[in-house]
Amino acid sequence: MFELSPQDWTAVQLSLRVAAVSTVFALPFGIAIATLLARKEFWGKALLDAMVLLPLVLPPVVTGYLLLITFGRRAPVGAFLADHFGIVFSFRWTGAALACGIMAFPLMVRAIRLSIEAIDARLEDAAATLGANRVWRFATITLPLALPGIIAGAILSFARALGEFGATITFVSNIPGETQTISAAIYTLTQVPNGDADALKLVIVSVIISLAALIAAEWLARRATARIHGA
Amino acid sequence: MLVVETAKQLGAFAVDVSFISESGATALFGQSGAGKTSVINMIAGLLTPDRGRIVLDDDVLFDSKARVDVPPSRRRIGYVFQEGRLFPHFSVRRNLDYGRWMSGHAPDPTAFRHAVELLDIGHLLDRRPGKLSGGERQRVAVGRALLMRPRLLLLDEPLASLDAARKREILPYLERLRDEAHVPLIYVSHDAAEVRRIATRVVRLEAGVVAETGGVELLDATHADVLA
Repeated sequence: MFELSPQDWTAVQLSLRVAAVSTVFALPFGIAIATLLARKEFWGKALLDAMVLLPLVLPPVVTGYLLLITFGRRAPVGAFLADHFGIVFSFRWTGAALACGIMAFPLMVRAIRLSIEAIDARLEDAAATLGANRVWRFATITLPLALPGIIAGAILSFARALGEFGATITFVSNIPGETQTISAAIYTLTQVPNGDADALKLVIVSVIISLAALIAAEWLARRATARIHGA
Repeated sequence: MLVVETAKQLGAFAVDVSFISESGATALFGQSGAGKTSVINMIAGLLTPDRGRIVLDDDVLFDSKARVDVPPSRRRIGYVFQEGRLFPHFSVRRNLDYGRWMSGHAPDPTAFRHAVELLDIGHLLDRRPGKLSGGERQRVAVGRALLMRPRLLLLDEPLASLDAARKREILPYLERLRDEAHVPLIYVSHDAAEVRRIATRVVRLEAGVVAETGGVELLDATHADVLA
């Protein structure tokens, strides 16, 4: 029978929570940076572009280590956030969400940026002559027209976060019930005798969730596109 | 009254124009590449002049010396673009209503009905722009610009993307617009026949400068044949 152990089930739930939270929190930043990169020319743009892409090309262990020395309990930013806002990342699921959000960020920004670049900027000019200031132009023209790309970016980011392993385990370790996501649980099971069967179950769950996410992304993006063009 | 005295360097091309437009319909006439669209983009605020001033009814919209540059969203100048530029994700009704919505005014059903009747677009209200013909699209674009209650209406070759039959279909609407809407028009075109029907005054541009200004009889002079 296909039955998950309580510990495996916890890992699945934790993964979904980490992926969802990281995506929701990354989305406003993703939209802002994608808009900046798609529409503005400014000094240091090439550098920002490279920085956003960095997690894609760096070894995940390096990203995890950088997070550890920045957001760790005694690290500068980590200590500041803990003392002033009570936000703690190290060895917490929130840290896993931070690591996943950063690892998935390049994919999210790329999808949203492409969809914003595909929008005719002259429509925004037309909106300006009709009395729309910068904020309203963004809210009524750019954002709705970029919606398919934003949905795609969010779901790509969610799926990427589900699969994150290296940066997460480096930054927040592999604590069952707190930071042990599906990937970490599978890794742990492959390290113990007779763990293969349970590992396989988690592998199947992982494949199902990822497939569902991709199909949902495609469907939602199609629906959003159809709505834009009034089909 | 509109006063335009502006200069702008655009790569190797320079625009340097001065003219005054009273009420009625003024045509900016000239060959493509004469700088017509650059001039109305400066009037609308979409293109920033290097120097000069633009004044509409005693309201300074741009003055390089006084460092005044009113953003396009606060100029209240309607603009009908060559390609319409309707918002594809809104119905025709919401496109028409967009200017009113952005200004925060209460809906004005009387003004809406007038514009819809003037342009004969009542049967299109619930369609999306993607489902309109070229001529319908331009009529909706005119209605959208009109319904923002502009102080001045700019039309940039509104018929250029249409075939001859569509042009004949739209021209009467533009004449009605001129006679009934009580908004001064700046009409950009390279087509002498079109200008003759719409405009009361002509500003002829050539290579980025004003070559001459006058009445529509300007179009009968020799250079009109060159342009035809």
